Amino acid sequence: MAKKLMKGCEALGEAAIQAGCLHFFGYPITPQTEVPEYLSRRLPEVGGVYVQAESEVAASNMIYGCAAAGVRVFTSSSSPGISLMAEAVSYMAGSQLPVVIVNIVRGGPGLGGILPAQSDYWQATRGIGHGDFRVIVLAPSTVQEAADLMIEAFDLADQYRNPVMIIGDGIIGQMMEPVEFKKREKKQLPEKIWAASGAKGRAANKIHSLFLDPVKLEQHNIFLKKKYDEVEKNEQRFELYNTEKPYDLLIVAYGTMARICKTSIALLQEENISIGLARPISLYPYPYKAIQEAARKAKQVLVVELSMGQMIDDVRLAVEGQRPVHFYGRSGGMVPSPEEVCRELKRILAQKT
Amino acid sequence: MQSEVIMAGFGGQGIMLIGKILAYAGMEEGKEVSWLPSYGPEMRGGTANCTVVLSDQPIGSPVVDSPFGLVVLNRPSLDRFAPNLKRNGILIINKSLIDVLSPREDVDTVYIPCNDIAMECGTGKAANMVALGAYIGRSQIVKLETVYEQIKSQFSGNQKLISLNMAALKKGYDLSKKDQTSV
Repeated sequence: MAKKLMKGCEALGEAAIQAGCLHFFGYPITPQTEVPEYLSRRLPEVGGVYVQAESEVAASNMIYGCAAAGVRVFTSSSSPGISLMAEAVSYMAGSQLPVVIVNIVRGGPGLGGILPAQSDYWQATRGIGHGDFRVIVLAPSTVQEAADLMIEAFDLADQYRNPVMIIGDGIIGQMMEPVEFKKREKKQLPEKIWAASGAKGRAANKIHSLFLDPVKLEQHNIFLKKKYDEVEKNEQRFELYNTEKPYDLLIVAYGTMARICKTSIALLQEENISIGLARPISLYPYPYKAIQEAARKAKQVLVVELSMGQMIDDVRLAVEGQRPVHFYGRSGGMVPSPEEVCRELKRILAQKT
Repeated sequence: MQSEVIMAGFGGQGIMLIGKILAYAGMEEGKEVSWLPSYGPEMRGGTANCTVVLSDQPIGSPVVDSPFGLVVLNRPSLDRFAPNLKRNGILIINKSLIDVLSPREDVDTVYIPCNDIAMECGTGKAANMVALGAYIGRSQIVKLETVYEQIKSQFSGNQKLISLNMAALKKGYDLSKKDQTSV
């Protein structure tokens, strides 16, 4: 397939189809409405199912049912809609159902605004709903990466029988960039022998998250924990940028904010100021070790986010107090320019450490 | 080399479309491109703008504070974006709707009566294409022929719209080569 100019939202929709997902249930909300819009047109063309649910609560329970039947399915929403889905996400994690959820984040709390933000980091990386569980969370920073990670998300969901979230801000959703859908090898994945796909000739499969016997529930919790340990061991993803040469300061940023920081780094390079960047791609599992190692090569660390400071918690956990960790963030839909980040970097570098 | 342009005007003037056409043309010529729209709660008659970045390298920030190019189709856009234009950048002003001079002396300002020229081509709606033509002519950021191809695919099948838009683009392109630096 040749390169095509696509909005992030459209690329996510097309990537799902390329990953063999022919089922979508969702509800429109800015800035991700182009996902359902695109699929309402595309899915019927490829023999898929598109349903606009009556609400996000309904959509999230529809994907629960669809995933239980053993087919690939996803939903997409933005911050307030994801909150409405929190209950179902917890049930799906408890029932070990492979689903993909897209969150194109907008400013909050509450109804907030419609412009880009990264203020759902805590919600996404700490499980979204109630109970002892994790959701694999992937954060693209380009439209191409959004498409690639979306395809991978379905494999990860099937492999670990767990919900996977793609988290992007409004810019990732609305921006157009060239995308290429490359032919890829099909991954060997476990057969869905657990699916409620008709019990003719076999015992019925039961999919549920209710364990009234505390012994059994604890066993279930221990089983899930082992699964998350595996995820943490195998699925950490990150990018290091400008870290080959010595650098004075390490920026940690993800998604769109990381791209803006890359431009800031290039601008400061012209003034012989060397800054490194660590960009977590998997927000859960968080690449603690990589961040720690990159931070050790710097004198100090700056976390930049489109929020009042959420990922900084994980950076502090990674750095373990060995380096000062500063924070710079804009919120509510305000996006800093590369020059603005440069000013902040210079301010920090001018301070006595 | 990287070049950024902000295009801005009223909603309904076709700002998003000319940005997309430029981005497509850049991609066709093998450049890295990004197109970022403003997507606030706007409506027809409100303001609209988009940022297009063309580069030989992977694009860092798609968000641009001070672009190299600025194409403004209405007065509020000139007031808002002109102060941040890079020194020696290119400023295309739609003279049909903007009756003031450029506030910047240190940029290459081109005054084009986009709506009037579009009317000559058949419809005032093609004012956006005149402006795009002028920007391409002045900046030489992509080839005119590449943009022709993009117009053909954007208005696929509608020969009348294709020739009208191509004519508007060409007029803007030609005018920008002549001295249009005074009102």
